[in-house]
Order: sequence, then C-alpha cells, then structure tokens
Amino acid sequence: MKKMLNTLFVNQSDAYLALDGGNIVVKKEDEILGRVPLHNLEGIVTFGYTGASPALMGYCAENNVPLTFMTKNGRFLARVIGESKGNVVLRKTQYRHSDCEIQSSRLARNFILGKVYNQKWMLERTTRDYPMRIDVARFKETSQYFSRKLIEIQECEDLERLRGLEGKVAVHYNQLFDDMILQQKEDFMFKGRSRRPPLDRVNAMLSFAYSLLARDTGAALEAVGLDAYVGFLHRERPGRISLALDLMEELRGIYADRFVLSLINMKVIQAKHFIQKENGAVLMTEEGRKVFLSSWQKKKQEMIQHPYLKEKMMWGLVPYAQALLLARHLRGDLEEYPTFLYK
Amino acid sequence: MDYKQDDSYLLLSGIQHFQFCPRQWALIHIEQQWEENSRTVEGQHVHKKADDSSAREKRKDKLIVRGMAIKSETLNISGQCDVVEFVEDSAGVSLYGNPSLYRPIPVEYKRGKPKVGREDELQLAAQAICLEEMFLCQITEGYLYYNETKHRHLVLLSDALKQEVRAIVTKMNSYYHRRYTPKVKTGPHCKSCSLQNICLPELMVRESVSEYMERRLRE
Ligand code: SF4
Repeated sequence: MKKMLNTLFVNQSDAYLALDGGNIVVKKEDEILGRVPLHNLEGIVTFGYTGASPALMGYCAENNVPLTFMTKNGRFLARVIGESKGNVVLRKTQYRHSDCEIQSSRLARNFILGKVYNQKWMLERTTRDYPMRIDVARFKETSQYFSRKLIEIQECEDLERLRGLEGKVAVHYNQLFDDMILQQKEDFMFKGRSRRPPLDRVNAMLSFAYSLLARDTGAALEAVGLDAYVGFLHRERPGRISLALDLMEELRGIYADRFVLSLINMKVIQAKHFIQKENGAVLMTEEGRKVFLSSWQKKKQEMIQHPYLKEKMMWGLVPYAQALLLARHLRGDLEEYPTFLYK
Repeated sequence: MDYKQDDSYLLLSGIQHFQFCPRQWALIHIEQQWEENSRTVEGQHVHKKADDSSAREKRKDKLIVRGMAIKSETLNISGQCDVVEFVEDSAGVSLYGNPSLYRPIPVEYKRGKPKVGREDELQLAAQAICLEEMFLCQITEGYLYYNETKHRHLVLLSDALKQEVRAIVTKMNSYYHRRYTPKVKTGPHCKSCSLQNICLPELMVRESVSEYMERRLRE
C-alpha cells in the first residue's frame, strides 16, 4: 500500500502561501510563520480567504498535490489540480457504469450496505463499552432492526428503493446518536441533522468532518484515475463530487461520526470552541478548528486492519484503499466492489 | 493524407517492460500509471541525453552519434539510441556530407550488470530494426555496455531475434489499439515490480469479494 504523507492545514485566514524552492512558505504580512518541504505533503487545505501564489499553484498542479480552498467552516470552495492523470479507459468505463441503472444500483447497494453495517457495529460497540450508561435494550433493538434492513438492502436492486431504505435506517440512527454523547451533555446535544448552516455544536462538527472526509475520498479517487464527480448512488449535479460522496457513505459513521463523538466524550473539544452567529449558525472558533484538525491528523495515523485486504494500514489510507478497490472492480479485476465492513 | 503524430508511436523502451510483464507495460504505457521509480526516472534520464542529442564525434574510422532519435514505421515504435557508431565499411551506406561508406552499429548503455532475462537484447534488436529502416541497410550486430562490469558485449542481431521483436511489438500494438490491460498473472517477477502498489497482485489470491461480503454480513 502506498505511503501516507501529511496534509497541511492552513487555518489562518489572513495567511499567504508562497513557493520557495521545494518548500511552501506560510506568511502573514511580511513575517514567515512556517516552512514545509512540499515533497512531504499529499495535499494542502486552507480555511478562510487565504491567498496563494501562482507559482505555488503551478507547482501543486504539476506535482499532483491538490491545493484546496475551503471556507472557515470547511465548506468546499475551489481546488487547484493539474492535468488529469492518464487512464481515459477507466473513466469511460466509470461513465458507462454510471449510465447503467443495474450496475449503478449494485454499487449503490454496496455503499449503503457498508454504511448501515458500520453504523450497526458502532451501536453494538457502544452497548459493549458502556452498558451501564445507555439504554441497552433500545440499542439492541435498533441493531436488530439494522440487521433486518441489511438483508433487504442486499436483495434490493432498485436505486429509488435503496435510497428509501437508507433514509429509514438513518432516522433510527439519528435517534440514538444523542445517546452516544456521554460527556458534556449540557453543551452538546443532537436533535437531528442541520446543515447550511449547522444550528448546534454537534452539527457544526459533523459538517466539518464530512467535508474533510469528502476531500480525502475525492483526492483518493482521483489518485487512482477515477472521476470524483460522476457517481452511482449520488447523481451528477454541477459541482458535486458525487462519487466522493458515494465512497464516503460507508465511512461516515465509523470514521467521521465516531471521530466527532470521541472529541466530545474525551472532552478534547469544549463549548468554548464555538460561537453562535446572529442567524443561529454555529461555527468553530479558530482555536476550535486547530484542536479539531490536529486530532483529525492524529486519527488518520491510527493503525487498523483492513477487513478485506487484511493488511495493517493507517486510517488515513482507508479512502485510498477503497478507491483502489473500486477502480479494480470497474476494470473487471474484481467481480464486486468490496465494501469496507468494519467491526 | 494520413498525418501521423509523434505521440502515436509506442515507446521502444516499453519492450523491456512488456518482456518483464505485459500488465506492467500496459499500466505504464496505456494507462500512464506509474510510480516514481519507473517512468519518471526514465524520463529524466532521457531528457538529459536529449540535451546533447546532436553530439557527434569523429574518430579515425568511426563516427559516433549520441542520443539519436529513431523510429520504425513498420513497428510503430520510436525511441532513442544511446550511441550509434558508424564504422567505415566499403559495403556500407553513404552519409550526407561524408566521402566514405559506413555501417551503423547500435550501442546501448545499461546501468548495473548483464541481466538474466533477454530484455536488453530485444531492445537492441528493436533499435537495429529502426536503424535498418532509416538507413536502408542490414544491421547484424550491436553492443550492450554494462556500467558495473565496464564491459561491452557483442550481440549478434539474427533474423530470428528480429522476428521475435516483431512478434512482441505486434502484440503491444494490438493491446494498445484495444486499450487492453492484461489481467494479473502473479509470479516471482512481482516481487521486484515497481507497480505493485497499483497492480496489487496479491488481491488475486484473496477470498472472492462475495464470500467476504457474505461472511461479514452474517456476523
Ligand atoms: S505486480 Fe506482477 S502482475 Fe502486476 S504489473 Fe507488476 S509484475 Fe505484473
């Protein structure tokens, strides 16, 4: 498996990024805040209206280091990418499959299977780890409900029905999500998903985590030669990285949600890391983002065992491994796409 | 009119990859997926040589040309010769601006030492075919020079060897035309393959995906 390099997150919105030899230099006014060798980086992500020099953009484009611009709260704005890498054949296959209802629903089915399976085991794990702190009966019941839905999903070859099944499961999952918050209950409550803008702290973090994960799956897809914008479960819409969202489904719970829950439960993140705007939108402060991002980096370095490849790898490489497996399936080397099923 | 673009020729150096593993060749040359240690390095290598491409040297009965661009229309390949020595020979061909007749001899420089496989010989023979077409002559010998042993080895470029090159290149062209990447065929060569990370040969000996999915989902 390939090596994992670091992602550089630039959190200060008044910073300026420039190229100096093989280094990226982060400046504020005329003061140099930091210097990082570019060959150590697999990507650069900036938050807020950070500036970047054309020379740096050129370097990034040429060397396949995606440079991504996000808003302060992690909403995607733009990205500098170079020539897309070879393999037109693979992309054409991807488009053909995306146009084919049957093939699309097969892939969509596996993405959703992964999502539901991984969420089910999150519930199971919580009942195992905190039996005295949660309503075990309710968790078990929901887990069994998920098992039944898994069978239905496995047998379903119709995209619309699949989306329906996914929706039903999501309702149950969201109802238990708040129960998995075991610390700082007064400050962190989850009453359902809100986005654009997120209306509470938990949602602010979930949105942020999802956009980071989408960036990672998108970059992984492009690294293996796939088009991140053409999906199977999510259909094309201008500017939407549909395939990255598809691939992300199976990782949402096990990766992003679990990460957010642990930040709260370990009290790494606290109420003071958020502010509320007049319109009700809840945002992370600069300090909050800093804590969040450095934990995110750490999480990416944790080792796991890949359930299908049976290889030890860092969490951060899982999106890449899945993208690779998806490409292998589309090329006809694997008869089916092996979803990341984590227990 | 049939315009042929320069980039529609296959790279001659690909013969080595193809000989090593057809899938590796396809991943590099059809799909342009490569890892740092293969093509990019090779690219830089070629660049350096191309810079002094017109380098010519005259010794008493020899004309030495370095970094010469070559191609074959019949094989649809193009590439470079490290060195072509034009040796005076009354049975040779004329070169513009030179009074004598010459016999072209390709010399290929290799890092390392002579290999067990035959890829270097095949590459040399392919260069000879290109030179034969470009100079309208017969080439029956060439040299391989190995950096580690500092020795040049004479290679007889027989018709049989050239026939073999033609067969290989025909296959390469047909794969390229169909954009066909052969499936994984694992072997000891995978151990030293620079594309392992992309090819994932060990996937082929895993349990099938449906078995994996079933097993997990039933847990
Ligand atoms: S890993 Fe093995 S099968 Fe794959 S390209 Fe390399 S040599 Fe060929």
